[in-house]
Parts: sequence; C-alpha cells; structure tokens
Amino acid sequence: MHQFEVYRIGPEIRLGEIDISFTNASLFMIISSLAILVIFNLGAKKNSLIPNKIQLLAELSYSFVSKMISDTAGSKAKPYFAFIFSLFMFVLFCNMFGMIPYSFTVTSHIIVTFVLAAFIFIGVTAIGFIKHGFGYLKLFVPSGVPVVLLPLIVVIEIISYLSRPVSLSVRLFANMMAGHTMMKVFGGFVISLGIVGGWLPLSFSVALTGLEILVAFLQAYVFAILTCIYLNDALNLHH
Amino acid sequence: MFLRLFSKLIIINFLLINLVEGAESSGMPQLNPKFWFSQIFWLILSFGILFVILSKLILPKISKNLEVRKSQILENIESAEKQREESENKIKEYEKIIFKSKNEAKNYFNKTREKILKDIDKKKAVLETEINEEILKVEKEISELKNKSPEKINKIAIETSSDLIKHLIGVDVNNSSISAIVEDISKKIKEKNHVI
Repeated sequence: MHQFEVYRIGPEIRLGEIDISFTNASLFMIISSLAILVIFNLGAKKNSLIPNKIQLLAELSYSFVSKMISDTAGSKAKPYFAFIFSLFMFVLFCNMFGMIPYSFTVTSHIIVTFVLAAFIFIGVTAIGFIKHGFGYLKLFVPSGVPVVLLPLIVVIEIISYLSRPVSLSVRLFANMMAGHTMMKVFGGFVISLGIVGGWLPLSFSVALTGLEILVAFLQAYVFAILTCIYLNDALNLHH
Repeated sequence: MFLRLFSKLIIINFLLINLVEGAESSGMPQLNPKFWFSQIFWLILSFGILFVILSKLILPKISKNLEVRKSQILENIESAEKQREESENKIKEYEKIIFKSKNEAKNYFNKTREKILKDIDKKKAVLETEINEEILKVEKEISELKNKSPEKINKIAIETSSDLIKHLIGVDVNNSSISAIVEDISKKIKEKNHVI
C-alpha cells in the first residue's frame, strides 16, 4: 500500500491549527490541473478551419462533454457546462496520471472523491431548492405509487438521495484503489516468481494496465454523467 | 519437479507479500486523517483555479472557435451551392449555343448543296442543248449526204458503165438509156433492201 501513502514535500504549512502542508497528493493535483490548462489553452489558441491535432483534441472533448450534458440534463444545464467539463477533465487527468509508474493517484483517496461528491450533492440540492422551492421535495414522492406504499417509498427515496455522495465518491475511490492494488499484487508475483515463472503475472500485469486505462476513463465519465443525472433531477423535476 | 518448484515459489510469494505488507504500514493510508485537510485545501485550490481559468478564458474561446468554424463551413457550402448553380446555367447556355450553331451549319450546308445542285442542273441543261444542236447538225449532214449519195452512185455507175461499154463494144451509147437502166437496177436493189 506504499503507493497510496501521502507524504509532505517541503516545509510544514499551518493554517491556524490545521496542517495544509504541500504533499505528493497536492503535487499531482496541480500537475493534472496544469496539464489540462496547457493542453486546452494550446487547443483554443489558434482557430484554423482545419484544426491541428491538439485543437482537434480540445474541440472533440468540448463537444463530447457538451453532448453528454445535453443528452442527460437537457438544455437547461448549459450554465453548468464549465463546471462539469472541469470536473470530468480533472478526474480523468488525475486517473490517467495515476497510471504512470511511481506516480500518485489523487482519486484513489476517499477524502478527495468525497469532497468532490459532497460539493456536487450540496450544489445540486441547492439548485433544486432554488429552482423549485419546497416543490423540490416532490422528488421523494414518485407519481403513480399506491398510497399504502407511500411511506416506505419516501423513506427509500430519501435514503437513496442521501447516499448519492457516498456512492459517487466510493465508486471512484474503490475503482482506482482496487485497480492499483491488483497491479501491485501482480507486480509482486513477477518479482517473487523471478525469471522462471514471472512471465505469466507479467502478461497479466500488461493486460491489467490496459484495463486500468479503460477504467480510468470510464470512471471519470461515470462521475461526470452521474453529476449530469443529479443535475437533471434538480433542473427538470419529473416526479 | 518443475510443478513442485512452481507451487513452492507461489507459497513463498504469498508469505513474502504478507511480510512486505506488514512492514510497510498497517491498514489503508486513505483512512489516515493526518493529511485530510491538506488534501481538501489543495483540492479546492487547484480545482478552483482550474475551473475559473477554464470557464472564464479557455472554454469561451473553444466554443467561439467552433461557432466560427460552423458558420464558415455553412457559408462555404452556400457559396459552393451558388457556384454549382452558376455552372449548371453556363452548361445550359453552352448547350444552347452548340445547338444553335449546329442548326446554322446544317442550314448553310443545305443552302450550298441546293446552290450547287442548281448550278449543276443549269450547266447540264446548257450542255444538253449544245449536244442536241450538234447532234441535229450532224444528223442533217448525214441525211444530206445520204440523200446525195444514190444520185452520185448512179452518176458513177452510168459513167463507168458507159466507159465499160465503149471499151468493150467501141460504141458510144446514149447516156440517158444507161441511166434509165441504172435507175431501174438501183430501184430494184432498193426494193430488195426494203424487202430484206
């Protein structure tokens, strides 16, 4: 579990009683953010009719996220495009940087994913109450349910609503951690079996790397699309 | 032998992993709250900066680029459509011109042909009249000659016969009696010829 260890880089920084020292986690957050900014700045700089590679990348991701939002949350979600775009890119880049050997995976820490998920949860709830007032509570009362079942359904709906941040954060964190732990276990097999039997776990390791890159993308996508779905609930109250 | 070695290695490997894991740390580092606040702080800082720069500077540029490109492409398509129509019109005009000139050429050809045919007819007629005249002239001459020839023949016959008689008998015979005989004979010959 050494790869998940957080350690301080540089001096200890304190904000009152709270320790906010610069750590390897902070380093990789900043590296991811900088990489996103550099890539998209390069992609937005020139506007040629036939885009070059980096511009194509930026524009494809733009239209990808924009399509995802309009498909799941409709046109009302347009003001939140920038937030969901940065969220998707941040999670994606953190996941992808975690795939580099000896790097640190920011999203494999429950506290990071939980803060993101909690922010989304609070934000979506606030948007829902601002848009619909107390009518937003109708979300917990699905239409067409028999009155007898209503108390049970409402309780279940409330529990499922409240568990959203937990499920959202744990899904990302657990996926990233499990993948990296599995890679480490197979890597350990390679070392201990040596040149005689190490080839089998090595090939597994190679295959798992491919799988993990897929998972890194998929989890970022799932994180973003679930945010869109929650936003859709808050914006278009269908129940 | 090999299998036994392999299974031994795997068992040793599990032991080793347990040892290594035990030596490294106890439990998951994720649940150690020592750096939680640091992580939250840096997450908010980096993500906040990322969000602000993306939403204020970069994303508007990208969306503007996309819109500009879209409108440019639409414009290009429109102008291409216009040019296509123009070229189609030009093709139609061209076809019209070609049709016209073809007709003209046909007319011209027909006219010249008629003219030539007329000329030929005229010349033919002239030649024919000339030829006919010549033929008539020649025929006249021939008929004249024909008409004259029996008289001449008769004359010659009379002279030769009178000469012959003179030589043979030594007497001058009256020309008129000889000519009567000759005429008689020639009449007979003529009749014969007629009969034949």
